[in-house]
Amino acid sequence: MLADKDRIFLNLYGTRGADLESAKKRGAWNGTKDMLDAGRDWIIQQVKDSGLRGRGGAGFPTGLKWSFMPKEVKDRPHYLVVNADESEPGTCKDRDIMRHDPHLLIEGCLVASFAMQAHVAYIYVRGEYVAEREAMERAIREAYEAKLVGKNNVHGWDFDIYMHHGAGAYICGEETALLESLEGKKGQPRLKPPFPANVGLYGCPTTVNNVESIAVAPTIIRRGAKWFAGIGRANNTGTKVFCVSGHVNKPLNIEEAMSIPLKTLLEEHAGGVRGGWGNLKAVIPGGSSVRMLKAEECETMLMDFDSLSAAPHRSGLGTAAVIVMDQSTDMIRAISRIAYFYKHESCGQCTPCREGTGWMWRVLERMAKGEADHSEIDLLLDVAGQVEGHTICALGDAAAWPIQGLIRCFRGEIEQRIDRYRAAKGIHQVRTPVAAE
Amino acid sequence: MSVRRLAAEQPDSFAFADATMEQARWWMAKYPPERKQSAVIPILWLVQKQEGWVSEPAIQAISQLLEMPLIRVLEVATFYTMFHLSPVGKHHFQLCGTTPCALRGAEDLKEVCKNRIGPKHSVSADGMFSWEEVECVGACVNAPVIAIDDYYHEDLTPDALEALMDKLARGEKIEPGSAIGRDASAPAGGASALTDPAMYDGSLGQKITLPNLPEKV
Repeated sequence: MLADKDRIFLNLYGTRGADLESAKKRGAWNGTKDMLDAGRDWIIQQVKDSGLRGRGGAGFPTGLKWSFMPKEVKDRPHYLVVNADESEPGTCKDRDIMRHDPHLLIEGCLVASFAMQAHVAYIYVRGEYVAEREAMERAIREAYEAKLVGKNNVHGWDFDIYMHHGAGAYICGEETALLESLEGKKGQPRLKPPFPANVGLYGCPTTVNNVESIAVAPTIIRRGAKWFAGIGRANNTGTKVFCVSGHVNKPLNIEEAMSIPLKTLLEEHAGGVRGGWGNLKAVIPGGSSVRMLKAEECETMLMDFDSLSAAPHRSGLGTAAVIVMDQSTDMIRAISRIAYFYKHESCGQCTPCREGTGWMWRVLERMAKGEADHSEIDLLLDVAGQVEGHTICALGDAAAWPIQGLIRCFRGEIEQRIDRYRAAKGIHQVRTPVAAE
Repeated sequence: MSVRRLAAEQPDSFAFADATMEQARWWMAKYPPERKQSAVIPILWLVQKQEGWVSEPAIQAISQLLEMPLIRVLEVATFYTMFHLSPVGKHHFQLCGTTPCALRGAEDLKEVCKNRIGPKHSVSADGMFSWEEVECVGACVNAPVIAIDDYYHEDLTPDALEALMDKLARGEKIEPGSAIGRDASAPAGGASALTDPAMYDGSLGQKITLPNLPEKV
């Protein structure tokens, strides 16, 4: 188990005080000026050396992303935008950072902005997180009053930080949809290139980072890149806030070492699977968009990017939101509900996603009842494959993967359901509507 | 994609309350002067706080305030699902129905809402309550969750939800948070992590020398 001294979010559960004074006692804002004095190249090198990979789901190396920003500020200002639109089903980690350790995030915004020569940062929080936004506003006010940020602050880098909020659209967690939304438009993703580092917010160079990626940066620099890189496996380093939900005895958020065995995470921290390990049916290990794992695969799985994305399961660490399902779970219904989520949240811009998500959900709803044909399982796989990779953003992929995971793990269950339905009705084949029902 | 339309019945007019306008100006000041359109979502939200919902005259007023084409504000108001395009009850319940909440009993909570309030999107006869099923609200380790008037009520059971409704019906205040007394996302019964006193005695706030600092030139 990770020792408390190696944890970054020392107030994850909010029992210690989120105010500036308490945060400083826990190490926030310690040595920040020294970091800035050491220069932006040094800061970026520390983050690169730590091996930190983005905590928002894609796992792109954070230091490398920072280095993509133009080296010189020309006619357009640079921006940092923090993605706090946490909406991936299963995920609720940034919420705890914002309401309980807001000063780590504010400090991270200053350090990252300095490293990328931005004088302004916007934190885009989802509209539903009202309490979290209020907590951040309080902490930002404290930081301004203490002259930690703002014009002529004690760190010598003029810096303004603002909270912005959305209003209930999952798609705004996609970085370019987020920028559109921040510009006051509906959140429809932009075609890339150009990438935000060249043309981002208001057409200016912009870096969009997840809350956790930004909030861990100052502590990494304080304790040393080597310390962070020494936790977890090579290429999968550091600590990570895991969210464990679903059928465990004690659901929780916990900051643990990257590459922790999934079984250890569930048994040691989450009080075990409801009804015992033998009662486990499947796990979605990285938020609803990744492919699920069968119970037997969970025995030895390590919770990191490389282990989870390997074949044959081809899942992903995503946001490290572990959704546990026991034997009582109707897998087809569980995935159908996720399919409904993507149907509801599709922005409507690309046809494969707008039409495909609805089509896949409707087929799954019928399959959950058994009112389908065996051949539709392969048809569903085929459609999922045609949505995947054929849209501007990754929402199409995110809608396809859970369905592919379901069919890989539980094809037999779907077939049984169909057979049972037919037996009950005394029919051999169901005439099923296809395509546009 | 969710298809949303403005309500058939609309009021004749809308006016910003002074407090709303003051907050709207505070939001607009966050963005470059030529980019005040950025404030459209926060201002729609303020208007919803003032009126309870977003009406067509309000959308027109916002388009004038932000000097945006009307259609652009309409687009935003209909795209984002937190905007109520028709009136809701005095207390509005947003019940999360996505899989992590569904695995832990959201369906049972739906039944309570249906019995006490009526079908989805309806307002109770006395105008006190309304409810809708929303997509993941991002509090999954405290499932099942309902946001009541903006704040999260977590780890709910049907009985706990009934009790909250009873309190609201009596005009009493309700406290957001876990219905079973958990500290936020800590495990029920208390955390085994984050207990080392050395992390909290102030020693981490002592002056430090950063590791790997470059040689002074």
